[in-house]
Amino acid sequence: MTNISEFSLTKLASGIKKKDFTSEEVTKTFINNSKKSKKLNAYITECFDDAIESAKNFDKKKDYKGLLSGIPIAVKDLFCTKNIKTTAGSKILHNFIPTYESTVTNKLWSEGAFLLGKLNCDEFAMGSSNETSFFGNVINPFGDKLVPGGSSGGSASALAADLTPGTVGTDTGGSIRQPASFTGTVGLKPTYGRCSRWGIVAFASSLDQAGPMTKNVEDCALLLQAMAGYDSKDSTSVDIKVENYSSKLTDKAKGLKIGIPKEYRVDNMPAEIDKLWKKGIDFLKDAGAIIKNISLPHTKYALPSYYIVAPAEASSNLARYDGVKYGHRSKGNNLVEMYENTRSEGFGDEVKRRILIGTYVLSSGYYDAYYLKAQKIRQLIKNDFDKVFYDVDAILTPSTPSAAFKIGEKKDDPVSMYLNDIFTVPVNLAGLPAISVPAGYDKNNLPLGLQLVGKPFDEQTILNLALAIEKRANFKRKINVWWN
Amino acid sequence: MTKKKFDYYIKGNKGKWEVIIGLEVHAQVLSKSKLFSSSPTKFGAEPNTQVSLVDSAFPGMLPVINQFCIEQSVKTGLGLKAKINLNSVFDRKNYFYADLPQGYQISQYKNPIVGEGEIILDMPYGTKKVGIERLHLEQDAGKSIHDMDPDNTFVDLNRSGVALMEIVSKPDLRSPDEVNVYIKKLRSIMRYLGTCDGNMQEGSLRADVNVSVRKVGEKKFGTRCEIKNVNSIRFMQMAIEYESKRQVELLENNKQIDQETRLYDTRKNTTRPMRSKEDAHDYRYFPDPDLLPLNLKKSLIEKLKKELPELPDEKKERFIKEHNLSAYEANILVSEKEVSDYYEDVIKGCDKKLATNWITGDLFAVLNKKNISISQFPISAKNLSALIKMITSGKISGKIAKDVFEKMQDNDKDPHQIVEKEGLTQQSDPKELEKIISEVISKNQDKVTQYKSGKVKLFGYFVGEVMKVSKGKANPQLVNEILKTKLK
Repeated sequence: MTNISEFSLTKLASGIKKKDFTSEEVTKTFINNSKKSKKLNAYITECFDDAIESAKNFDKKKDYKGLLSGIPIAVKDLFCTKNIKTTAGSKILHNFIPTYESTVTNKLWSEGAFLLGKLNCDEFAMGSSNETSFFGNVINPFGDKLVPGGSSGGSASALAADLTPGTVGTDTGGSIRQPASFTGTVGLKPTYGRCSRWGIVAFASSLDQAGPMTKNVEDCALLLQAMAGYDSKDSTSVDIKVENYSSKLTDKAKGLKIGIPKEYRVDNMPAEIDKLWKKGIDFLKDAGAIIKNISLPHTKYALPSYYIVAPAEASSNLARYDGVKYGHRSKGNNLVEMYENTRSEGFGDEVKRRILIGTYVLSSGYYDAYYLKAQKIRQLIKNDFDKVFYDVDAILTPSTPSAAFKIGEKKDDPVSMYLNDIFTVPVNLAGLPAISVPAGYDKNNLPLGLQLVGKPFDEQTILNLALAIEKRANFKRKINVWWN
Repeated sequence: MTKKKFDYYIKGNKGKWEVIIGLEVHAQVLSKSKLFSSSPTKFGAEPNTQVSLVDSAFPGMLPVINQFCIEQSVKTGLGLKAKINLNSVFDRKNYFYADLPQGYQISQYKNPIVGEGEIILDMPYGTKKVGIERLHLEQDAGKSIHDMDPDNTFVDLNRSGVALMEIVSKPDLRSPDEVNVYIKKLRSIMRYLGTCDGNMQEGSLRADVNVSVRKVGEKKFGTRCEIKNVNSIRFMQMAIEYESKRQVELLENNKQIDQETRLYDTRKNTTRPMRSKEDAHDYRYFPDPDLLPLNLKKSLIEKLKKELPELPDEKKERFIKEHNLSAYEANILVSEKEVSDYYEDVIKGCDKKLATNWITGDLFAVLNKKNISISQFPISAKNLSALIKMITSGKISGKIAKDVFEKMQDNDKDPHQIVEKEGLTQQSDPKELEKIISEVISKNQDKVTQYKSGKVKLFGYFVGEVMKVSKGKANPQLVNEILKTKLK
C-alpha cells in the first residue's frame, strides 16, 4: 500500500468515511512524517499529542457529517488558535496564547478536522521567502538551499513534504499563491470578504485574505468550501452564498473567455516562464476556452502602490504590540523606553522596515502624495479589472516571475524580493479571487505555477479552469525525500 | 423686562478685549454597549471587568459598529438642527499610550456623521445663535492610574471603546456666561433626546475649550490656545477667565501667543502648557480598513426624525402659548425635561400661574438647598397639585400652604391629611372672623385712632394681629374686607 500521507485530502476524507483507514492511522502517519522532517523547519508549534487524542475521539464517535471528518490539519501560525501558542512568526508574540479561535479554523474544526500544529511563516506575513520568521528559515522540499516562498512558507513546505494533507494560509500580496507556485502545490486566494478575517493576526486589513493550500484542485475546492462564509464579527466579510465548489467542479471550459494581459509580459522575464504561460494558453484552448488579448494598463503601478498601502495599514495594525497587554515586553525606565525596547527587540528588520515606510507615508504632509495617491491608483487598477471582466471570464498569468530562489539570494535586496510578487499583488489590490496551479518545471526541475484570476466571488470558475490545466499539465511533484 | 447689554470684555491697560471661545464637547453616548464591541458601559464597575478582546486589542480582533450608537448620534444631530451626512467614514487616529490598547483611536476625521447645526442660547441680552461645526463619533480610551503603586502605572480599560460624540462649536461664544448657558442647553437637548446623560461627575460630558482674544472692533481672530479636558462648567468658566487675561497681558506687552494645548490647574486656578504646536502629535489619520464607510439610509433619518421628542426650544414656545408663561418662566421650566414633565403633571389639576410660582419658587429653593434633582424631590406632582388646589379653593391660606409643603416633603404625605389632622383649614366663616376682628380692634383702640387720623399703613398691623389670633388660618381676603368696613 502506498503511504497514505501521499493521498489527497479528498481521498483521505472519503477513505476515513469508508473506513479504509482510521483517523488515528492518518494522523499518526502525518505526525510520523512531521517528526522526521525537522530539517524543513515547517512547524513553529506541534500539537501532535492533542491531534492523536482528537483522532482517537473521532474514531470512537464516528461522526462523519463534516466535510473534513477525522482529518488532521496544520495551519499557518497567523490563525489564532484557542489555548495554542500563536506567534505570527514574531518574537513579539513568541509567548502569546489566545483564549479564542479564529473563525476560519473554527469552521475547519466544525467540519470535523482538528489541529496538527502551527506552521512557520514570515514575521507578520511580511516576506516572500519565509526568511523573516523569528523561528528561522523554512526549507523548500525541492532543495535544501531553496526558500519555500512566503509568507505562507511553512504551510507550502509542510504540504509539499506530506506533513499535512492540506493547510490554510493567508495572502496579502501573494503569500498563498507564490509559495504554492514554489512548491508545486495549489493555493487559492479567495475574493476579499469571502473568508472571515476574525482571529487572524492582521498584516494589512484591506488586503489580507485567508485561503486554502492543497495538493490538487479538487482538494482546494473542498477546503475552500469548508472555510468560506460570512461572519458578522468581520465587517468586511460579505454575505454571499458559498457555492458547493466540489460538486460543481468541472474541467470543461467550453466557451469561457480567458484574458491574457499584455502588461504581465514583463522585461527580463525568463523564457521558461513565457513558455509555461503559452502552455497554459494551449491547455485552456484544448479545454474549449476562447483566448483574448487584454490590457490592464495600470499594472505597472501595482507594486509601488501596494508597498504604500500595505505598510501604511501594517504600521497601524502593529501598534498594538507595545508590551503593555500581552506578548514580549522589554524593560524600560518609563513608558516610552519600555515601548522602544519592546518593539526594537520584538520586531525583526523587515517588519521594522515596513512600519517605518507605513508611518512615513501616513505622516501629515506626505499623506496626499503617498497614501492617498496609492489609494487612487488602487482604484484605477480595480477599474482595469472591472472593465476587462465585461469581456472575459477569467485571466491567465504566470504566478511568479521565477521558480524558487536560494536562501539568502534576495534577503539583502528588498526591492528584488518585492518584485517576486509582481503578478500576485494587483489581484489583492483589486480584491479578486486567484488561484495558483502547478503547470510545469523550470530547467532546474523546480515547479512553476500559473495563476488564474476570477471575477469577484466567482471562485468556481477559476477552480474549474485550474482543474482543466491540472489535468492537461499532468504535473507530478518529483521530490526525493532528502530531509528525513 | 428691559434687556441688559452684553458687557463681557477684558479691560487691559490699552483698551477693551473681546474673548473668543469655541468648545469641543465630548459627550458619552447613552448606550448599553460600546461603540465597536458588546462590552457593557456601566459607570463605576470594578477595573477591567467591562473589557472584551476587542476593547483590549487582542491580535485578530475586529471592530463591529454598534448600530444603536449610530442612531443616537443621528438623533443628537437632528436635535442640533444639523445636517446628517448620509456617508461618513471612520478613521484611525494613531498614537501610543498605555491606556490606548490598539495604538489608535477609531474616530471620524474628514467625514463626520453630522455636519453644521446650531444651538439657541437665551441670554439676559436676548437670544443668541451658536453654530455647531460638526459632530463625530469616536472611541474613548481607557484610564491610566499612576498613584496606586510607586513603580507602576495601572491601566483600567472599562472605558476603552465607549462611544463618545465630539460636538464641535464654531468660535461663537464670547463669555464664561455664554459657555455656561451653551453647555447647559446642549446637555438639556441631549437629555431630552436620551442620547447622553450629561453627568459631568462621571465624565459623561467634558470639553476642550479653545480661547483667543482680540481687540474690540478687530475682525481677525487671534491665536488660540486649547485647554484640554475640563470636566465642570465652573472650571471651564474659571479657565476662560484666567486664560483670556493671560493672553491680553501677553499681547499688551507685545508678546506672542503660542498656539498650544494647555491644562487647567484646578487648585491654582491657572492654565499651563501641555504641549506646543511643534510637539503636537502627528496622528497619521487614515480610513480604518477594518470598517466599511458608514452609509445611512434616508428612511432611517426620516424614521428617527419622526420619533424625535419635543425639544426644549419647541417646548418653551408651547409653554408660552399654552400656559401663558413669560419667556423667563418657560425657560426655567423647560431646561430640564423632568422639570417640564413635572410641571405639566402638576397643572393638570390646578391653577397654572400659582403652580408656576410654586415650582420656580418654593420647589426650586428646596432642590438648590438640598442639591438634588427633581427626580429626587419627595413631593409627587399629584400632591403638589392638590396642595395648590386647596389654596385656590380657599381651604387653606397661602401661608399655611408653606407649612403644609414643608411637611409633605416627609414621604410625600397627602396635603389633605396634613390639613385635616392638624386642623389647618382656613377660617372663612365671616361671623367667626368678625368676632376675632372685633376683639383685635377693641384691644387696640389707640392704633384705631391713629389709623383713622391718617396712618393708613397700620392696616397691615391689624391684619397681622388677626392672623396671630387665628393661628394663620384666617382667610386673608375676607380679613381684609371685614377690617376695611370695621375701620371705616
